[in-house]
Amino acid sequence: MTKFLSRNRHTVQRLGFSFITLMALATVLPIVGTIIYILVQGGSAISWEFITGFPHDGMRAGGILPAIIGTLYLTIGTAIFSVPLGIAAAIYLSEYAKDTQWTRLIRLAIINLAGIPSVVYGLFGLGLFVLFLQFGTSILAASLTLSIMTLPVIISTAEEALRSVPQAFRTVSISLGATRWQTIRKIVLKEALPGILTGVILGLERAAGETAPILFTGAAFFLPRLPQSPFDATMALPYHLFVISTQVPEMPIQIQYGTALVLLVFVLTMNLIATVIRSRARAKRQW
Amino acid sequence: MEKSLNWREFIITRAIKASGYSAVVFVLLIFFFLLREGLPTLSEVETSSLLNIRWYPIENYFGILPLITGSIIITFGAALIAVPFGIGTAVYISEIAPRWMREILKPLVELLGGLPSVVLGFLGILVLSPYLRILLDLPTGLTAFTGSLLLGGIAVPTVVSVAEDALDSVPRAYREGAWALGATKWQTIWRVTLPAAKSGVLTAVMLGVGRAIGETMTVMMVTGNAPVMATKLGSLFSPVRTMTATIAAEMGEVANGSTHYHVLFFIGMVLFLISLIVNVIASSVVFRSKKRAERILS
Repeated sequence: MTKFLSRNRHTVQRLGFSFITLMALATVLPIVGTIIYILVQGGSAISWEFITGFPHDGMRAGGILPAIIGTLYLTIGTAIFSVPLGIAAAIYLSEYAKDTQWTRLIRLAIINLAGIPSVVYGLFGLGLFVLFLQFGTSILAASLTLSIMTLPVIISTAEEALRSVPQAFRTVSISLGATRWQTIRKIVLKEALPGILTGVILGLERAAGETAPILFTGAAFFLPRLPQSPFDATMALPYHLFVISTQVPEMPIQIQYGTALVLLVFVLTMNLIATVIRSRARAKRQW
Repeated sequence: MEKSLNWREFIITRAIKASGYSAVVFVLLIFFFLLREGLPTLSEVETSSLLNIRWYPIENYFGILPLITGSIIITFGAALIAVPFGIGTAVYISEIAPRWMREILKPLVELLGGLPSVVLGFLGILVLSPYLRILLDLPTGLTAFTGSLLLGGIAVPTVVSVAEDALDSVPRAYREGAWALGATKWQTIWRVTLPAAKSGVLTAVMLGVGRAIGETMTVMMVTGNAPVMATKLGSLFSPVRTMTATIAAEMGEVANGSTHYHVLFFIGMVLFLISLIVNVIASSVVFRSKKRAERILS
């Protein structure tokens, strides 16, 4: 009897494990499939002219250079605002803040910022940057909007990286006569750098792929030339993909897949860099 | 020695403290601007017509009920997918998978979280919806169901990472105790580990649902954008329109300061409040892990 029961239990376990394994595979395989599918479908569209040319014939021919450059500008613009602010906020939370009501309020605010729908960021950017501060539909307004959206990612990953630096490092540095800021700058920040970098790149990766926040703050349907200043609107890869897959009739499918491929490569490269930095740092870490 | 030694250090310390509060400032700013542009709605449109079933802005019908039901039905469908698959994957990664498998799966799930939603929407239009149209014999493949499928995929990474953190934070001694009493690994997972991680798993589900409600581009591209009331389960297989998609699709075409403009901000305000409520509840749940904040965002 006991023997039967125990065999039964183990059959249940084997079935259960297989079921869960199948579920995990069903979750992960479509991701791999999606990426491979776009690589295969879009591959034939990629050419020198596609990467370096301007769109023509109502975007049904030519390249996507302005969209690529635009996404680069937006990513850099986002980094300029969100990286210093995010790291400073993380330093505050990890090195200065005590566990008070105010600190808890900050943490709550960060979690809430992370949860706000991207299109609501778009509305906010329109209300504050485009209309109230009169930046117009511009790279500046779009970058600022994306920065605020990216901020919670950078703050929380950077804070975790800073906190993982052992307390002893700080104690020793202070006891050698360094000031608090010297300790943070020369010891803590240096040790936490790979972790912070990973967070920054993952945050910017998200910003680069977003469409909704830039819809009414900086994205342009089509521009015959590259943007000349931060106050110009710009084309961008995600918005361009949206436009050519929904708004332009008789759009050649090759160009659509090609654009999706370029966007995907852009995002995946950032993801890959972040992953490499993280695993290198883990392998090298001595504490 | 802890005090600032010179003016430079003093200024830097001040700047860092000010940056620390930036998140609070931004949340307040966002709320303020949504209120500023959204609240005029209440004086321009009567409450009864706002809570109506007709959304036809050109003729001044601003009933937001179809948009709310559209969001609800799509999110419900997405949760039906994301919750079992998300928790299942989390259990697999944390409890069952060998180490090498874990090292492959975790970055892959993270990758899904990083895929631009516009790419998923694009594939939804070109691949998924024609396939579903034929498979389910529908007049159009652009339905709430198509949206739910993709949205489920978008919510999965959030559910997986938060739930996996919760499972990881269950002390190993709990499992060892169960094994020592003769329970199989499977029994331990169901009767010990998952119940112990219950609040964290609940948080995972809430954050996944929050993520799904707020998603914009994918649903705008694949759900057909018809503002009709979704009252039956059958509505899952007809076109609907969500709150987020309405803002995204119409904001570009309205005159600043018009009633339509104010109503769209009002919808944004509703979305903001929903995400506020979801996140406040989720973060007040007892489960606290240092890594959680990072995972929420990934």
